[in-house]
Amino acid sequence: MTPEMVDALGRIVGPRWVRHRRAELATYAMDGLPTRESYPGVVVMPGSAAEVREVVRLMHLTGTPFVARGAGTGLSGGAVADPDAVLIALTRMNRILKVDPVRRRATLQPGVVNARLSEAVAPHGLHYVPDPSSQAACTIGGNVAENAGGPHCLKYGVTTNHVVELEVVLPDATVVRLGSRQGEPWGPDLVGLFVGSEGMFGIATEIVVRLEPIPSSVRTMLADFLSVRQASEAVSAIIGAGIVPAALEMMDQACVQAVEASIYAAGYPTDAAAVLLVELDGGADAVEAEATTVVSILRERGARDVRSATTPADRARLWQGRKKAFGAMGRIAPDLAVQDAVVPRSALPDIMDRIEEIRGRHRLSISNVFHAGDGNLHPNISFDRRDPDLADRVQVACREIMAACVAAGGSITGEHGVGSDKIDYMPLIFDGETLAAMRAVRRAFDPYERANPGKVVPVHACREWRATRATRAAR
Amino acid sequence: MSDVVFGRLRALLGTGGVERDASGLPRATPDSADALSLVCRLAHDEGWKIRVEGNGTWLPSDAPADLAVSTRALDRVLSVSPADLVATVQAGTPLEALRRRLAEEGMWLAIDPPGRPERSLGSVVATGTAGPLRHGFGPVRDHVLGCTVATGDGRLVRAGGRVVKNVAGYDLTKLQVGGFGGFGIIAEVHLRLRALPRADVTVIARGPRDALTSAARDLIAAQLLPGTLELLSPALAAEPDWTLAARFAGTDAAVQADVRGLSTQGDLVWQPLPADRTAAFWSLVARGSLGGPITLRLGVLGDGVDETIDLLAHDLDEGLVSAGAGAGMIRWTGDAPVGRLRAVRRAAASREIPMTLERAPWPVRRALGHFGAYREGVGQLVGRLRDSFDPGHSLSVALEGVE
Repeated sequence: MTPEMVDALGRIVGPRWVRHRRAELATYAMDGLPTRESYPGVVVMPGSAAEVREVVRLMHLTGTPFVARGAGTGLSGGAVADPDAVLIALTRMNRILKVDPVRRRATLQPGVVNARLSEAVAPHGLHYVPDPSSQAACTIGGNVAENAGGPHCLKYGVTTNHVVELEVVLPDATVVRLGSRQGEPWGPDLVGLFVGSEGMFGIATEIVVRLEPIPSSVRTMLADFLSVRQASEAVSAIIGAGIVPAALEMMDQACVQAVEASIYAAGYPTDAAAVLLVELDGGADAVEAEATTVVSILRERGARDVRSATTPADRARLWQGRKKAFGAMGRIAPDLAVQDAVVPRSALPDIMDRIEEIRGRHRLSISNVFHAGDGNLHPNISFDRRDPDLADRVQVACREIMAACVAAGGSITGEHGVGSDKIDYMPLIFDGETLAAMRAVRRAFDPYERANPGKVVPVHACREWRATRATRAAR
Repeated sequence: MSDVVFGRLRALLGTGGVERDASGLPRATPDSADALSLVCRLAHDEGWKIRVEGNGTWLPSDAPADLAVSTRALDRVLSVSPADLVATVQAGTPLEALRRRLAEEGMWLAIDPPGRPERSLGSVVATGTAGPLRHGFGPVRDHVLGCTVATGDGRLVRAGGRVVKNVAGYDLTKLQVGGFGGFGIIAEVHLRLRALPRADVTVIARGPRDALTSAARDLIAAQLLPGTLELLSPALAAEPDWTLAARFAGTDAAVQADVRGLSTQGDLVWQPLPADRTAAFWSLVARGSLGGPITLRLGVLGDGVDETIDLLAHDLDEGLVSAGAGAGMIRWTGDAPVGRLRAVRRAAASREIPMTLERAPWPVRRALGHFGAYREGVGQLVGRLRDSFDPGHSLSVALEGVE
């Protein structure tokens, strides 16, 4: 990056908030995905929406690509920038601007940490529902970019169901307000379009989210099974009975053993083939009644044992193993390839068999922890990337798993986003016309394609679409 | 001209694929997404304007055009998967037929839009018109996992997918839900379903409006979450006073527990509707929105309901009003001149309340637009999106209106 650019950025945000030495940039060379590394040209850390706007205006005037980044916990290589790009880190913009407990809304800067929001509104009896595993570190801005999920999204929906209004700096430095506090769009649903656009439509500088009351009654149940198939069938039976649990999570034996061998041991039975975590919430009477039904379904479907917890401490213990599963896997090998495929719920048992077959054939260590209620799988492959043969086998296995999930009618990502990691898989599920439509939408927001370039849409696979007036004018 | 259009459509779709509407306008009725895209491509290449129609029960079929394209022959349920609670349904499928088909397999689509039972699914999705169930089950967008759309120039875009959780690529589905057909014509929809509720109980309370709105706010604060908590005007509910209707749908145990919880809240007298009258009651509410030529939707949260109904009553009338007490939406139906409606939209905008014109005759749609003026900077964005999805401006849809 040129010294002129570094100086110009420094004039906007103050020199101390511009990082350009190699050692300083190392922090930003990766996100949560260990296999994509690239040093940005320079990192700038604006402290206000006005500064973001000025930085983006500078990018626009100088034709410089840029990448917005929150805490860098993403798992798709989406928040990594090439050396010709400016990385805009939004972590300084971490203020909760307003909480409106009556209307159940909070107005946030993009750098607010997910878990901190729920802490801040807890005194009002409210919380922010989407709870990605990285919630202690990840930011709301990153959640918006990725349309982040989490275990409790089964009943309450993912980020897009909780964001009602956005202030966005478009790539030409225009500021627009999308959506409304009420949740009713002003015009087409541009908030819905923006959420999950992976930083390619602009930068959200103010985010208004919906808050939900903390449920008055919560019950968590842990059931263990002698086969993954039985556990999967129990999942379908619960949903089929008309019960929508707040969370419905599964861990396979490899995952349970990893957890139990770690400091996060939660007392899960290590000889079980699968452990199911079911959480019900709502009014006390309703939760009580539904819990009775759930327990009988679990037993009918072959659960050996069902443990139940209602106090926060006991519930936290049952959840601990699930929440710390990724950390526990870190003990097994230096690197972890985290997959994020989705299959129709009914395909779960077959796909689990298929993953086991792929694992065996490539001699890999795979543990599965996933959101069973919505068919969102996380087969995690432990490996050491210093072993090139092993790393290659991991890549091949990932592709095979993905292809199997797509063949079952699924999707390549349920909550982690495409980024650069899954861009090559996009043609597996979208035809050239649909990919071209995505590119056309991106160009409506960003005609010069400067915001987070090269992610999500594989340009070579797009059919040519008629240039819009704006892009024609731009040329 | 009309004969030329008719002849070209017949050559493309066969005699069964084209007819004339009451005014003699050629109407194409493609029965597949591919056929729909061919019609759009032809119209685009010839520079013909398209009027988008479903079953003709919601928006009047009166937009000026060289041909009408109706989804009424796209009326098949393509697949249902009870184990996954998803279905793929063609856009022209009448809601009532869909409801029956799903119920046979123990499934339920938790959308109860205004209008007639034969209203097409595509119409509900394209106009984003949720009904009272929005309170507990969310707006229309929450029920749509994906859709296949023919753009104005006849490209087929397959947005989203058939799984309940999916962040692959940009969420193009959101542009189509509530896009009023301005970004293409919806051919097929992937729906998120629920298990058919074992219990479905409606209880109602009657009284003066402010007492009911305040009671509704208390219920929400007390964390009671019925599927519906809807305030209905006397004219809409055909009652002498205002009605607050709460509907609980779910498992037997949960519904019983919730109904018991309701009776312990506040001093309203709640009366359960007899089971055999429940469907008729909600059907009356849905049809109520056809009681006038114009239907508006305003985004309003609980504490703004009274004030906004006052605004409507003052500038228009208090006739047919339905308000989601917690869902953030008020629906008004009636008749009023364009100038008055424009004034209401201005007054609403000054209170940060978005107002969408859901249904009106063409001259009103043309003048006001479904959305009216956008906020600063948004107009260019929407314009570029429309240029991409309808480059020849073939679709006769008035999103913005004219001043």
